[in-house]
Amino acid sequence: MMIDDVVEPVESKGPSKKKSKLKKLLSTPAGFVGGLMVLIIILLAIFAPLIAPRDPLQINVINRFERPSREFRLGTDDIGRDLLSRIIYGSRIALTVAIPAIIFGVILGLILGIIAGYSSEKIDSFMIVFFDILRSMPALIFAIVILTMIGPNLYILPIIMGVTRVPIYGRLIRASTLRIKNNEYVLASQALGGSKMQTMFKHIFPNVVAPLFIQAAMDIPIMITFEAGLSFLGLGVPPPAPSWGHILRTGYLNVRHAPHIVIYGGLALIIATLGFTLLGETLRDVFDPKLQRKGEN
Amino acid sequence: MFLYIARRALLIFITVLGAIILLFILFQFMPGDMATILLGPRASEALVESYRVRMGLDQPVYIQISRYLANVFRGDLGTDVLNHIPVRRLVMNVLPNTIILAFSAILLACLIGIPLGVFSAANKGSFFDLLSGFLSISMITIPHFLAGILLLLIFAVYLGWFPAMGGGQPGDMINQLYHLVLPALALSLGWIGYIARLTRATVLEELGADYVRTARAKGLQERVVLYKHVLRCSIIPVIAVIGVGFGNLMGGAVLIEIVFHRPGLGYLIYNAIATRNFPVLQGGLIIAIFLYALANFIADLSYVFIDPRVRGE
Repeated sequence: MMIDDVVEPVESKGPSKKKSKLKKLLSTPAGFVGGLMVLIIILLAIFAPLIAPRDPLQINVINRFERPSREFRLGTDDIGRDLLSRIIYGSRIALTVAIPAIIFGVILGLILGIIAGYSSEKIDSFMIVFFDILRSMPALIFAIVILTMIGPNLYILPIIMGVTRVPIYGRLIRASTLRIKNNEYVLASQALGGSKMQTMFKHIFPNVVAPLFIQAAMDIPIMITFEAGLSFLGLGVPPPAPSWGHILRTGYLNVRHAPHIVIYGGLALIIATLGFTLLGETLRDVFDPKLQRKGEN
Repeated sequence: MFLYIARRALLIFITVLGAIILLFILFQFMPGDMATILLGPRASEALVESYRVRMGLDQPVYIQISRYLANVFRGDLGTDVLNHIPVRRLVMNVLPNTIILAFSAILLACLIGIPLGVFSAANKGSFFDLLSGFLSISMITIPHFLAGILLLLIFAVYLGWFPAMGGGQPGDMINQLYHLVLPALALSLGWIGYIARLTRATVLEELGADYVRTARAKGLQERVVLYKHVLRCSIIPVIAVIGVGFGNLMGGAVLIEIVFHRPGLGYLIYNAIATRNFPVLQGGLIIAIFLYALANFIADLSYVFIDPRVRGE
């Protein structure tokens, strides 16, 4: 019924097999287009200082709300900052929030999931209730409440965003752990006197991690959207930093007389989320066709 | 079967209870004391103290929690600190707006998504199928609030076809529907794409089933086979997904309500945060969490009815 019920343990694959899969990944139109979009975003993020024509933070009120021109390729915002430069630097913000958020969620979900699946029934049911409570909080509202308390904070933001994914990763890992914990090699490790910790991390961990990585890759666009949404509300990345969410907020507030801000800012966000989604789905189809997401996102 | 339902019901009870307690603890760390907010910064020490005693803020946290819980289960969500209006009335005033928004979004998503999916599956590999596939994934990935702003820009600012703000005149149905179009469309876009893809996948799966062969062998028209036989079976997973979707829509609705300045639960919560109106914030959140848990519960139940294997678990 949920994603975690359709996950099967994955055997490790040889390097030669992986290479052909990479080829397969890029040979599908969705994988190719998605890969290209992701590559553009990543390159923009890495080489932002070289590519951006101006300082994204430099204010010049005289040039406010300039339409796209030769001087300002995509126009300027409400205090005369160059929109193109802000969008380019925005890719940096998007990735530096989304990726740590995913990593944090994955690590926490992995640990809690393995513990839930491999421990006594009591701990397992406690974990399940914990995951359910966390899952019952609408993620966005949960994040809004906490961020209102502490204010916009670049370092705590990814942690909060990551926590909202923990129940999903945790349940996924728990289901895979339950499925393999009675396999011969796990039992053998126990019979040979391996400690619980050793068995968990040496034998279970490598076998449950593959579907998690695919799920995590597919969650990158969700996290990018999440950050943009919070920044749009003024709660995400602290201001002058050029988050796409801020750009959209400025654009939204001035939508009547400066529509170019919303259009170009929105385009950047769409390219990023669409690219990562296309790539993530192709990744899933190529590496683990059995993992299909249903309902939950 | 009964046991399964009872267990799920108990679980949502525990979940909502846990969520309320968690919220209460979180609120202890929120900057800004309720008494100071209500009485203003210039209130005397003694006045603030007497107010704290009257509100029970001087009691230990566990007594405050149990008092609050008792009130919630009696249906009392407290009183708005700024306007002295019962929170329950505030929530009940805006709740229908949010529920109508979510339902219209789902309805729109089904009305557009299901035919799109069936048609794509029937013409698998055609140009239309590819186009619809691309559109579907684009709609899924575009953030709700961005879809809202872009729709606002096109249909309210440029074309002027629909109003940009508000929920419409109370009591005037036509006017309210008119205000509902853009927010509902913005909220449904992702679900149109999602349902289209899901329908396409299940229809393709069903097309290989034995009963389809039988129907075709009987000499039924392809159209009848598709729309009468296949669609009926393919729609079940879609219905199941809608249950889960309703919960997710509640989250998306917050941003959409803010973009369109539409009165609703999300907008109420957002404003309560901005004005640090704790009782309203707490009450609004509890109702939102309850609705979310309820939607998940209904989704789980629908699985039981659809898939008998779940019952045995």
